Amino acid sequence: MNINATLLGQMITFGLFIWFTMKFVWPLLIDAMAERESKIADGLAAAERGHHEKELAEERAKKLLHETKDKARDIIAQSQKRADEIVDAAKDEARSEGERLKIAARAEIDQEITQAKESLRKEVVSIALVGAEQVLLREVDAAAHEEALSKLVEQF
Amino acid sequence: MSAEGPANASEYIIHHLTNLTAGEGFWTFHLDTLFFSFTLGALALCMFRIAAKNATSGVPGKLQNFVELLVDFVDTQVKDSFHGRSELIAPLALTIFVWVFLMNFMDLIPVDLLPLVAGWGGVHNLRVVPTTDLNLTFAMSITVFLLMIFYSIKIKGAVGFAKELLFHPFGKWMLPVNLLLKVVEEFAKPISLALRLFGNLYAGELIFILIALLPWWAQFTLGLPWAIFHILVITLQAFIFMMLTIVYLSMAHEDQ
Repeated sequence: MNINATLLGQMITFGLFIWFTMKFVWPLLIDAMAERESKIADGLAAAERGHHEKELAEERAKKLLHETKDKARDIIAQSQKRADEIVDAAKDEARSEGERLKIAARAEIDQEITQAKESLRKEVVSIALVGAEQVLLREVDAAAHEEALSKLVEQF
Repeated sequence: MSAEGPANASEYIIHHLTNLTAGEGFWTFHLDTLFFSFTLGALALCMFRIAAKNATSGVPGKLQNFVELLVDFVDTQVKDSFHGRSELIAPLALTIFVWVFLMNFMDLIPVDLLPLVAGWGGVHNLRVVPTTDLNLTFAMSITVFLLMIFYSIKIKGAVGFAKELLFHPFGKWMLPVNLLLKVVEEFAKPISLALRLFGNLYAGELIFILIALLPWWAQFTLGLPWAIFHILVITLQAFIFMMLTIVYLSMAHEDQ
């Protein structure tokens, strides 16, 4: 249990060990650890940034979708209006065309009625004349009553 | 019991507490202490060196992971109690912790095993736990003490250090008292450091030797609890030595 030269030997050994650790062990390990730490920190920061960007993009997409929907609604409304207008115009045109056709047809009918009346009158006159001729063959001669008959024809 | 079979219990105990020596008087060397401490330290440093050489900032391997665990543990302790910048303190603390732990760990090897093996090789005295040798614990604490003095002078300057010795804590009118107090205070540090480690491990070793005197079938009843308890003790002692070294050196770095 006595102190002796072993002390000196141990001090030298201890000193060498300290020097060795200080020079060849500690700095390498602590550097590697610090580097890994910063790498992890960078990775986490990048992840955070990515997350944030994703949120922004989602926001943007939502907005865009909203705008597009509005636009589409506008377009649909416009086209509906336009279609209504076209249909209305077509209706108007059809109505006026119909009106025109009706008028033309009525005119034609009127004309035909007049013609028919005319021919009917002529026929009635001729029939009446034939009838009268048959009657008058017996009683009066044709010449005497010609004047009265034509007056009758004019009265029709 | 060792191969020769000592005559009685006290002879057995003394046999176990005798170093393997070489030389005379002061120039006596405890070969067993020197051998085991150097071998253990060198083994640990080789392992650390391999881990440090292959250290990568990517995914660490098992060895690197383990070494980094230790490094990180020591680094945290140093950062907690030492606020300056020093290239030395953290590596010093790591060396102390690992080395002292390994030397203490020799205590857990059955007390008769290595002496028995050495006996076959013709070596009849062998103490396997270097930290039960005062020479080793004092060598470490004196080295720490010298570092304390060195850093005190380096940081505060020779004048600053002298002032600290002479004028604290009672001012310049109590100069001799100040000096005496300071000297006692400073010397108490390495002495307590060395004796604490030595005392704990010496006592532990002695108890293991006493347990070994029991009949073989009864040894485990005391040996097992004591060994399990000793796992705590050896770690704690290594940690205390490291912590106190850090604290003392950080005190040496601080201006008062």
